[in-house]
Amino acid sequence: MWDYFKLIGLGLVAVLAAIAANYARDLAYQVNAITMMLAAGIAFLYVLRTAGDPRPNLQHEYFDGVIRAGAIATAFWGVVGFLVGVVIATQLAFPQLNFEFLQGYGNFGRLRPLHTSAVVFAFGGNALIMSSFYIVQRTSAARLFGGSLGWFVFWGWQLVIVLAATGYVLGATQGKEYAEPVWYVDILITVVWVAFLIAFMGTLFKRKEPHIYVANWFLLSMILTVAMLHLVNNAAIPVSIFGSAQVQLYAGVQDAMVQWWYGHNAVGFFLTAGFLGMMYYFVPKQAERPVYSYKLSIIHFWALIFLYIWAGPHHLHYTALPDWASTLGMVFSVILWMPSWGGMINGLMTLSGAWDKLRTDPIIRMMVVSIGFYGMSTFEGPMMSIKAVNSLSHYTDWTIGHVHSGALGWNGMITFGVLYYLVPRLWNRERLYSLSLVSWHFWLATIGIVLYASSMWVTGIMEGLMWREVDANGFLVNAFADTVKAKFPMYVVRALGGGLFLTGALIMCYNLWMTVRAQPQRVTRHSAVPAE
Amino acid sequence: METYSFLRNLADSWFLLAMMLGFLGLCVWAFRPGSRKTHDELANSIFRNDDRPAEANPAKKEA
Repeated sequence: MWDYFKLIGLGLVAVLAAIAANYARDLAYQVNAITMMLAAGIAFLYVLRTAGDPRPNLQHEYFDGVIRAGAIATAFWGVVGFLVGVVIATQLAFPQLNFEFLQGYGNFGRLRPLHTSAVVFAFGGNALIMSSFYIVQRTSAARLFGGSLGWFVFWGWQLVIVLAATGYVLGATQGKEYAEPVWYVDILITVVWVAFLIAFMGTLFKRKEPHIYVANWFLLSMILTVAMLHLVNNAAIPVSIFGSAQVQLYAGVQDAMVQWWYGHNAVGFFLTAGFLGMMYYFVPKQAERPVYSYKLSIIHFWALIFLYIWAGPHHLHYTALPDWASTLGMVFSVILWMPSWGGMINGLMTLSGAWDKLRTDPIIRMMVVSIGFYGMSTFEGPMMSIKAVNSLSHYTDWTIGHVHSGALGWNGMITFGVLYYLVPRLWNRERLYSLSLVSWHFWLATIGIVLYASSMWVTGIMEGLMWREVDANGFLVNAFADTVKAKFPMYVVRALGGGLFLTGALIMCYNLWMTVRAQPQRVTRHSAVPAE
Repeated sequence: METYSFLRNLADSWFLLAMMLGFLGLCVWAFRPGSRKTHDELANSIFRNDDRPAEANPAKKEA
């Protein structure tokens, strides 16, 4: 019965998308509508072909298929996102690479949001969905709620990524940083995200463990807060239902404040709370020791939740924003340093008594370095939010360096560690194909990040100093183009660092591929009866 | 402007106080007597049920 409703729904979506493609007012909308039509059509055929198939009761097994798909998607989008990043870093160093024949499609301005969204939402988002589904099932000792709802979340998210990415290249954007997707993609994101919430919460509700493990608290706060941020920041009225343009509901400084309330909490909840959930599960698992202090993790959680939401105004120092608001943002950002370092200490001290694993286990090494970068960037961030520092650092490359030490160091490294942890388990392999390749990945990525961050410190501070330099008569000494010229060597180093990081990720993909292809099957509890 | 002033005043007085107390309450709750046993149990809960969901109710211990 349920299959008929699915078929009617998917058929309607396909027909409506075809009509929308016909009436489209701009190219991006048309391409998106055709993509939507194809996606709905393929889903229709799939449901049609499997309709009426017997559904075995799988409640005594975990729903791991969707997590396997998530691992593949995470690795794939990671490589895509890093590649686009290296391309645009090279474009900044060598502007000739903004080719004339790609003008309007392949130049820096179009590719830059493609890079940020690909790494944050495609790579990071898939990592979060994959980890959430893995963690919530294991810590609840229950199969994922909602039957095949997990597949809807997974494929829905991939569709969001493809629609957003093709839209950016063809010029559909609402011009809000990290919230570029246009109104109809925003609606789809909302639907998929609510399904994610239902699958996650539903599993928690039917858990067979008496308590909810702390990682789930972080993940749940990520899902709920991102839903709220997304809905408020994307409030807009479409110009036409057949076009990708929209008008924001807010104007002026209110719009800016809402945007950076969103933007900073996207960092705070998507890239911090969610990944802390990963840390609190996978680091103890890989170290085979419980978390250092469970009490500290509770305080870490609540302090982070209470403080992060106020830090957004530090993106708007010395603008039209009232002074009290930006001071408030600065103060909360500085206080935020404490819970961040509490969490870092908690993660690192989990290894106390097992530090020798650092020498033998490159996966633990990766996780420890990621926690180290978490500590570093959560120290750098509060410092940069102080108004006096911000007057030097804002609008310079220092900000970009800060973001990347967080994103590559913290989010990237912990995700790599999780992939190395998960792939042998999900595909039931005895071990990884090669630990020395993990070490290669580790060193390439670490050196890449160091090159990236240090070149951006140099160029950022240099640029900030050059902008404010005045001569004896009070005239500015440097033109903007002078700073661009002076930054060239650092831009080359940055592109090189990104290239190393990308190479490391490619080595990881090869290693994971060979783990699945060439490693022997693990002898499982399914084949051997446990002595109970 | 009325609404703005009202919310502005509420935010930096009673609401701030309520949130501060709420946060401190949560911290005290984490350190309540008897919480250590629960927390130790919780911190170690990730080391079971790795391969398949638990069969029946939570009270059942791993063999």
